[in-house]
Amino acid sequence: MDVLVQLIDATIRVSVPLLLACLAGLYSERAGIFDIGLEGKMLAGAFAGASAAAVTGSAWVGLGAAILTAVCFALVHGFASITHRGNQIVSGVAINFIAAGSTIILGQAWFKQGGRTPSLSGGGRFEAITLPGAEAVKDVPILGTIYSDILSGHSLLVYVAFLMVPFTWWVLFRTRFGLRLRAVGENPAAVDTAGISVAWLRYRAVICTGILTGIAGAYLSVAQNAGFVKDMTAGKGFIALAALIFAKWKPVPAMFACLLFGFLEAASIRFQGMAWPMIGKVPVQLMQALPYILTVILLAGFIGKAIPPRAGGVPYVKER
Amino acid sequence: MSTPYTKLPGWADYGLIPIINLIVAFIVAGLVVLLVGENPLHAAAVLVDGAFGSGQNIAYTLFYATNFIFTGLAVAVAFHCGLFNIGGEGQAYIGGLGVALVCLALDGFMPWWLIFPLAILGSAALGALWALIPAYLQAKRGSHIVITTIMFNFIAASVMVYLLVDVLKPAGSMAPQTRDFLPSAQLPKMGWLLEMFGLSVRSAPLNISFLLALVMAFLVWVLIWRTKLGYEIRTMGFSPKAARYAGISETRIIIITMMISGALAGMMALNPIMGDQHRVQLDFVTGAGFVGIAVALMGRSHPAGIVPAAILFGVLYQGGAELAFEMPAISRDMIVIIQGLVILFAGALEHMFRPAIQTLFASISPRSVGVTAAKGEGV
Repeated sequence: MDVLVQLIDATIRVSVPLLLACLAGLYSERAGIFDIGLEGKMLAGAFAGASAAAVTGSAWVGLGAAILTAVCFALVHGFASITHRGNQIVSGVAINFIAAGSTIILGQAWFKQGGRTPSLSGGGRFEAITLPGAEAVKDVPILGTIYSDILSGHSLLVYVAFLMVPFTWWVLFRTRFGLRLRAVGENPAAVDTAGISVAWLRYRAVICTGILTGIAGAYLSVAQNAGFVKDMTAGKGFIALAALIFAKWKPVPAMFACLLFGFLEAASIRFQGMAWPMIGKVPVQLMQALPYILTVILLAGFIGKAIPPRAGGVPYVKER
Repeated sequence: MSTPYTKLPGWADYGLIPIINLIVAFIVAGLVVLLVGENPLHAAAVLVDGAFGSGQNIAYTLFYATNFIFTGLAVAVAFHCGLFNIGGEGQAYIGGLGVALVCLALDGFMPWWLIFPLAILGSAALGALWALIPAYLQAKRGSHIVITTIMFNFIAASVMVYLLVDVLKPAGSMAPQTRDFLPSAQLPKMGWLLEMFGLSVRSAPLNISFLLALVMAFLVWVLIWRTKLGYEIRTMGFSPKAARYAGISETRIIIITMMISGALAGMMALNPIMGDQHRVQLDFVTGAGFVGIAVALMGRSHPAGIVPAAILFGVLYQGGAELAFEMPAISRDMIVIIQGLVILFAGALEHMFRPAIQTLFASISPRSVGVTAAKGEGV
């Protein structure tokens, strides 16, 4: 029982950055801008967040810096792919490299700790929040355990991430902005004909992406860990991308896909080297590769078909 | 911006614009150097000296360039078909498995000149195989090749970690790597080439896979511009619709192109494994697969551009290592930034300066821009 509770708890914690990055990608890709630079933006956000939090001692300043930095990177992506109609994949790749290199170089130059930022403590971090009444109901069987050990005791950003799921759903499917955002990803010419600026709409979408990847980065370096270490995103941006495809570009399935991939990661850490009945020892590398393998199988069309937004990846040209 | 892609004279299109893009990328990189509190001009001087200062440095520069020629060609071949192969990293990693299997099996009883061709085949075959699955999925099931090749990079890393830790590691050893190859599976060094010019090379790992890379660059040129298959590949890249209309099989071309691309990426493994380390280690590719993207974009997917672009990145790699000694604030990761900036300015923003240059050309001599000829030609 304890193992199960710990496993679910760990799943939630590792799913959060995936979920935030995945929702971030959702805004951009639904607007027709492919974004394989989620990884880079998250990394840049994590670095900026940890640096600002280390200097000021405030986690909130860190969060702000993370969001600001990630939005700047997102705007570079927007500038290249919206204004200059560049190749969106190429631009995303560029952003990943610029983020990977500059976080190490600047980290070393500013803090001289081999690319790390100073360790954060106290107000420099988002501490775990105990939900009201968690202590009181702790002894109630099952429900009490779920409430006090699984739901309670996470940092603020965890709750923010999960609240972003219904919020994103509401924005995309119940607001005018969301309708237009989805339309611009399917048929930008129609949106343009209606007198709405395609470029401005897409810029707003990539800004949303920047904000969410910034929060994801801040979660990594200011909440989950106490500081930035180099390359700390370690492919999470790509797993988020995989989850986005897995969820067929929908917010609620995105949450379940992220929880699934988070569970695989948590389980691969928890059961490392354990021998299973019947199958024997499962190599830990297989567990780590499973999200990618599942995504490839999905993309191959063996588990339903993932159809991307129709105008995705195509720069919009008004007329010639 | 009504006719954004009017024609420029060839030298401006293939010379001026890429050079301007490159210069902008380096200026921004210089700003980063400034930001960490070093003098960018001094850094550049140290870098160039580190890359060309002695025979040994030149040999190292060319050694790194060899990797980037292979991966740059791999990306370029796929570009010609309109495919973006981000999977060079994984294909090279798995290619290393091919090299390892050949060398570990044969290094006891064959000379290097027999093992080398087999190792070429081994690396190319496994690299091609690793590109085959994404290619098949793109051609037959319509899954986006960019995403599948990214996924295959991660899967390749997991496979290789598993193999090196659990299968190929010799018993009793702690380090996750294969046993050392016997001398008969080690490629001859090419120091003599530089020593002919009176330079001292000492132990630099430049080896004959550099020549193989140049041969491959030539063969890629022949393939793309002098064969029927190359014509079909370019047609597919230029306009899939036209290719289909001309009776070219989309499936066949995509699969063949990606396998060639994967094979070229796989061959990159020969250089560090047989030429330098003489064993397979974790992460021996060290990002060369990704550098290939920058190299291909900078070289405009033409072998004549890729070789100098690869040498430029060789300069950055080798010079960057020397730079890290001189200026501890600038580690080798500076290259990663430069690589990203080159990809950004030479790739995603390649048309940023075009309108300005066109206006400039048009104001100097309207005929050179061919305003009338280009009407209706914009894609």
